[in-house]
Amino acid sequence: MFNFPEQLYFDISGYIDDFVLWLGDTFEWLFDIIKTLILGMFEGVEFVLGIVPWWAYIILLFFAAWKLYNIRTGVTLSLMLFLIGVFALWDEMIYTLAIIAISVLISLIVGLPTGILMAKSKRLESILKPILDGMQTMPSFVYLIPALMLLGIGRVPAVFATTIYAVPPLIRLTFLGIKNVDKEVVEAGKSFGSTQMQMLFKIELPQALSTIATGINQTTMMAVSMVVIASMIGAQGIGSVVLVSIRQIQVGQGFMAGLSVVFLAIILDRLLQGIANSLDQQEGLDG
Amino acid sequence: MAKHVEVKNLSVVFGKPKAQQKALKMIDDGHTPDEIREATGATVANKNVNFDIQPDELFVIVGLSGSGKSTFIRTLNLLNIPTRGEIVVDGENLQDMTKEELRDYRRKDVSMVFQHFGLLSHRTVLDNVVYPLEIQGIDKETRREKAMEAIKQVGLDGWEDHMPSQLSGGMRQRVGLARALSNDPELLLMDEPYSALDPLIRREMQNELLTLDDDNERTIVFITHDMNEAFRIGDRIALMKDAEVVQIGTPNEFFKNPANDYVRDFIADVDKTRILKIRSVMRKPTYVAKPTDTPKETLEALKANEMEFCYVTDEKRKFLGYVKVEQLSKSRAKDISKLVNEDETLYRNLYLEDVWKNIKEAKFDVAVVDGKNRLRGVISHDEIISALAE
Repeated sequence: MFNFPEQLYFDISGYIDDFVLWLGDTFEWLFDIIKTLILGMFEGVEFVLGIVPWWAYIILLFFAAWKLYNIRTGVTLSLMLFLIGVFALWDEMIYTLAIIAISVLISLIVGLPTGILMAKSKRLESILKPILDGMQTMPSFVYLIPALMLLGIGRVPAVFATTIYAVPPLIRLTFLGIKNVDKEVVEAGKSFGSTQMQMLFKIELPQALSTIATGINQTTMMAVSMVVIASMIGAQGIGSVVLVSIRQIQVGQGFMAGLSVVFLAIILDRLLQGIANSLDQQEGLDG
Repeated sequence: MAKHVEVKNLSVVFGKPKAQQKALKMIDDGHTPDEIREATGATVANKNVNFDIQPDELFVIVGLSGSGKSTFIRTLNLLNIPTRGEIVVDGENLQDMTKEELRDYRRKDVSMVFQHFGLLSHRTVLDNVVYPLEIQGIDKETRREKAMEAIKQVGLDGWEDHMPSQLSGGMRQRVGLARALSNDPELLLMDEPYSALDPLIRREMQNELLTLDDDNERTIVFITHDMNEAFRIGDRIALMKDAEVVQIGTPNEFFKNPANDYVRDFIADVDKTRILKIRSVMRKPTYVAKPTDTPKETLEALKANEMEFCYVTDEKRKFLGYVKVEQLSKSRAKDISKLVNEDETLYRNLYLEDVWKNIKEAKFDVAVVDGKNRLRGVISHDEIISALAE
């Protein structure tokens, strides 16, 4: 009598399986288009990332961090990048970076308009809020299965799963940024006869920019953590090195790969944070 | 021309549509806002408000926080929508406007200055002031020129490339004012513009506003919770309490006949000798002649009004002098332009306290002019003395 009664067991997994299969069959054309698009983006991004020699990355990073922070941060960050190369993980890092870049790019394309619409419509807000909460608490592995079923194996489903996992903070912070624009500033915009579009592009988005930048930062960090997990469905990169190390119980190899992920995360975080800060400073920290 | 604003039986109720209707009914039955809130959950912010704001007037609405004054001023550009009643500006009901007409009205005719400035922190001073012109699609050269003019008007030239965060509170509000002036509006709405500033700066800004008011023909509606400020700058004042207007009148009328004890309490702390200005005591002249008028018609008008002389102004209301009955009856000139006698005038923003000793004990009215020498009113020596004495 302490056990849950078996008569009440009800398995919905079959329906979900059927649904995803149906989705895959019915919208095969759509997923084919998505696949082609993402692959195309990969080609573009890899081309751009590929024509830059390794030392140029390190020098560029050094100057960027110097400008955003100080010379010490510049040295530290470029040293981290250098170490990834020393660990013989440079190519894997570039590959991982491409997945992250594309995921963040798609997150921007999807997340910004969604966040804006959410700020404009009470109804959409009440629908999306619980969905976003759910997306953020759902264990990230779960996204791998439908991605696998719909898009097969490799980096395309990895981008798909990574994007779904990473997009919520961007939507949420875009929404918050626009919602929190000073009430009088919004009133001022209206009182001078701005159109809806002028309100959005000349007042709300610029005022929300630093909050949105924080959202981009968070989304990128989520993408970094997901990209490792996504190696389970066949994406190459640093993640797959970690995966191989687990299977073969190679502690040292795993540690080097793990450390490289940490370095990559720190570098991306500091760069994006620095950009967000400089946006804030442009406006001045007024109270 | 400055705008003429008529507010007819305006009520503003915040809440769900059903509660709003119920609240309106309760207003008609004579319930107080507190009772209505309890019964319906709706907030009555304005209750049967009636104003007639004259063109070119500096009209001040004063009241404690929660009295509905900020809600009211936002109905004049439809940031708040009247639940019942009408706002009629130069004969046009605002709520009859189409979306495009309303946008046009906001772009060209009306501007607003905000308590906490409402500046765009991502734009420089110049780009803030340019904004109202930019969204109208005015070309870059012209809008820059106009914006710089407005910046000069408020005394901020040299600061146009700074960010708002680099400025002091007083200077930020000057940016807000310049922005509101950039489209040269005929109706200027100021929502507690100086409340966030310290007293010295506030005083300075008030005087600047009065001077600014001389340069253009513009109706100004000014909100404040500070009675001293209201009396110092207002041509007429409306005192609001609990969503209603308690009393409307010139500062002098307030001192002479406070409508009730609440008003009496409210003005008790006001040191009127330090704030009463000529403009707040003066009267409108009964009859003013134009230089092109014939002696005959002027004479008839004077007799009809039982006057012995009248002032003469040109078509731009510029003060020229006076003509007397004796002159007119003798004259055979085609018009009265040659008959005008020069006369002394008083600047309308002078404090009564400063003038009363200097003004000779004239039996007749003295002409009151603005900074551009336009006739704005008349005042007699006795009126000055009695305004100060009471």
